[in-house]
Amino acid sequence: MADTYDVLIIGAGPGGYVTAIRAAQLGFKTAVVDREHLGGICLNWGCIPTKALLRSAEIYHYMQHAGDYGLSAGTVGFDTAAIVKRSRGVSGRLNGGVGMLLKKNKVDVIWGEAAVDSVAKGNQPGQVTVKETKRAEAPKGAKGAGTYAAKHIIVATGARPRAIPGIEPDKKQIWTYYEAMVPEAMPKSLLVMGSGAIGIEFASFYRTMGAEVTVVELLPQILPVEDAEIAGLARKRFEKQGIKILTGAKVTKVEKAADSVTATIEGQDGKSQTITAEKLISAVGVVGNIEGIGLERLGVTIDRGIVVTDGLGRTNVPGLYAIGDVAGPPMLAHKAEHEGVICIETIKGLHTHPMDKGKIPGCTYCQPQIASVGLTEAKAKEQGFAVKVGRFPFAGNGKAIALGEPDGMVKTIFDAKTGQLLGAHMVGAEVTELIQGYVVAMTLETTEEELMHTVFPHPTLSEMMHESVLDAYGKVIHS
Amino acid sequence: MPINVLMPALSPTMEKGNLAKWLKKEGDAIKSGDVLAEIETDKATMEVEAIDEGVLAKILVPEGTADVPVNDLIALIAAEGEDPGSVQAPAGGGAQAPAPAAQAEPAPAGQNTTPGGGHMSYERVNEAPDGATPAAKASGAEANGGKASGVKANGAAPAESGGRVFASPLARRIAKQEGIDLSAVPGSGPHGRVIERDVRAAVAGGTAKAGAKADAKAGAPEAAAPAAAPAPSAPAPRAAAAAPAGLSLDQVRGFYQKGAYEEVPLDGMRRTIAKRLTEAMQVAPHFYLTVDCEIDALMKLREQLNGSAGKDKDGKPSFKLSVNDFIIKAMGLALIRVPAANAVWAEDRVLRFKHAEVGVAVAIDGGLFTPVIRRADEKTLSTISNEMKDFAGRARAKKLKPEEYQGGVTSVSNLGMFGIKHFTAVINPPQSTILAVGAGEKRVVVKENAPAVVQMMTATLSCDHRVLDGALGAELIAAFKSLIENPMGMLV
Repeated sequence: MADTYDVLIIGAGPGGYVTAIRAAQLGFKTAVVDREHLGGICLNWGCIPTKALLRSAEIYHYMQHAGDYGLSAGTVGFDTAAIVKRSRGVSGRLNGGVGMLLKKNKVDVIWGEAAVDSVAKGNQPGQVTVKETKRAEAPKGAKGAGTYAAKHIIVATGARPRAIPGIEPDKKQIWTYYEAMVPEAMPKSLLVMGSGAIGIEFASFYRTMGAEVTVVELLPQILPVEDAEIAGLARKRFEKQGIKILTGAKVTKVEKAADSVTATIEGQDGKSQTITAEKLISAVGVVGNIEGIGLERLGVTIDRGIVVTDGLGRTNVPGLYAIGDVAGPPMLAHKAEHEGVICIETIKGLHTHPMDKGKIPGCTYCQPQIASVGLTEAKAKEQGFAVKVGRFPFAGNGKAIALGEPDGMVKTIFDAKTGQLLGAHMVGAEVTELIQGYVVAMTLETTEEELMHTVFPHPTLSEMMHESVLDAYGKVIHS
Repeated sequence: MPINVLMPALSPTMEKGNLAKWLKKEGDAIKSGDVLAEIETDKATMEVEAIDEGVLAKILVPEGTADVPVNDLIALIAAEGEDPGSVQAPAGGGAQAPAPAAQAEPAPAGQNTTPGGGHMSYERVNEAPDGATPAAKASGAEANGGKASGVKANGAAPAESGGRVFASPLARRIAKQEGIDLSAVPGSGPHGRVIERDVRAAVAGGTAKAGAKADAKAGAPEAAAPAAAPAPSAPAPRAAAAAPAGLSLDQVRGFYQKGAYEEVPLDGMRRTIAKRLTEAMQVAPHFYLTVDCEIDALMKLREQLNGSAGKDKDGKPSFKLSVNDFIIKAMGLALIRVPAANAVWAEDRVLRFKHAEVGVAVAIDGGLFTPVIRRADEKTLSTISNEMKDFAGRARAKKLKPEEYQGGVTSVSNLGMFGIKHFTAVINPPQSTILAVGAGEKRVVVKENAPAVVQMMTATLSCDHRVLDGALGAELIAAFKSLIENPMGMLV
């Protein structure tokens, strides 16, 4: 047996690599196994490269509207290959950064497909077999296939796109985010199946770049996890930009031609229509990578594709832990990172608490941006809260007007009884950078009073966060 | 500007005190750290220390003055370059002085502070402060206000309910709405901060109602139970709220395979042991003192005494002394020799006893009883021995009466018969000590610079620091050791 680790983490995504670094900081001899890329989907095929694409789209949009700001930009155009190259470059740079961080913290990187053979029993460490993989070249200095021993094994294998039977991605006409991230040419028309964060971000990107985009959503609302009012405002903006949106609609059939797909879409009213587009992006959610790791054999409790843990990362099998997407929703990088730190600190014996999943913010980087934390208005009412709701429009904010971004809203929801901030929801420019103020407020358990007493700098978009709170209590100034 | 010296507060609730003594005269040069005066309350004496340099220009409150309100101006220090002669007391006196003299920072509620020991050494406390765990920070809190007043107070301010409680705004709001006294809610947030879930738990548990607490305070204004220690008047719910409940049944089950264990329901005795001893470890700050006792003389005396025992009508010896009987007797006598240790903690005071009541742990199937030998100091070894035989027999049959196992100041737990050399025991509330006795065994020791083989026994005393400080505990166990090593002393 080559090495005995205190902690071995399967998966070097944002959950896995952050856990590995924290483990090393806590003095554990740590290894992290990955089969494809340091930084996982997030850094290589998700959060980060899409932000790079969307930034290109944003600047392109501004250039097209340069006249609004008194500027002229000459002939505005783009080079798809260069946009993609920049996006890949951003991922590549951060991927290298993760490698350096792991090296700096003396975390061993093991390259290959890992499966857990056994977990620790008494003094006997658990065992993990790593098989060679052809998926990607190993980073420099990584250990290879072999058998590794570890006292604690953390599964952080992440998730992959969900496939709908009959509409399986083929990498040619039916894309997942992998292909959508690296287009060879901008498609002229696009059908996006699913209106969650991934679907909406690609819809927004491709629309800005000039494609005819149709979004099909099974549920009655786009961005189904967001507050209905905010999602409604976003929808209006998208439609104004020319995105066609079909909600309560289902793709029942997809026929592929040489250079197009034709989808049959059934509406709520039972009527069918067909839409032909050059490409179809399937963005109907992700499923946890729980297969082939040996979980079934070890008797790990799995419920509907999710590894069941105690909130501190512990599964029912002592010595085996799960964090991130495999441990259940929300399947977000920042949730995985936080969960990983709680898990490793629990292993260390530090005093930890399960994460409060009600305080995990969510961000969608479309135009306009969407950001939220906590309960939606509907959810709060459903849970029996008498609510006070505050709203403040971007149109009432000086900085928003100066930026040329007068569309959007900041909405806050309070428990009328205790003044607890139950939720905050925003749509508009830069809101993804604003939401954190409310997340801190919620984590510190502030009430409306502290938020009212807080001084917000002028002129900033953040003033709207103040005004929204004031509005909930009938004290709004600029509206 | 002269520096105002204000009457310091020994605790956040102290309103006035006596100015016992001035240790500096008018005209004396003052260095930072000099003791200016001594202040007395009914609880303690403390020193007023200068934190500024200068000359003591004027004493405004003469020594021996009783009931000087906190924050009253008591003296003026002329700063460097000032003429002490020209320093005048401001009109209106010091009562309106801007800053409180010393605001000792209370320990965050529910957070364990290091028990006394170290910081007590430089306090002049006539009596133990009535804080179970005096705020460790208090003595180090050279309060911000002290700078303005030119003094700092070396007082052990217990964390009192009047002090600041760190709580989230939402926790405060809910506490107010539900009538919960935040100072009685143990905080589980960062640095012991009281957060929403703590208050919700208190609401659900029906504990810490502000009303009840206020009543208790009205009845005993000086009692001011420290926030760090549960109010003994309501130990059960407090402990329930304060105690990390441990893992839930489902959590524990989750760690094991089904069928790998059988589930044993708890009987009343197991429940009581779990509850009382958990409480003891959480409430009573334990410390441990270990001694080795030479028992050759004791073994010899025991042999002689047992050999001299008369026969009863069945021809059996009228007594057969065990080593444990000697230990019970020695413990009883030691408590009488060290009267301050013959005491137990009772909320806002200690109860000191005239006679020694020594409990003896008797292991029985599924648990243990601790019957109490009353007046162990007065009883003869043979009486103790026969009483213990009776107790042990009836304990095993679970036929002891409650009055036979309740009370006691100390207990003896002897695991020597199991070959245990050394262990520590958990104090059995409301007692203040327990002696853990190991096996008697032959050991090689150095005697007069040469190795010698003697019979030794190791005993460890667990002490409740609220009642006994280290030195007092040491005195008690030294008295015990002396009696065990010179056992003839137990016969007279």
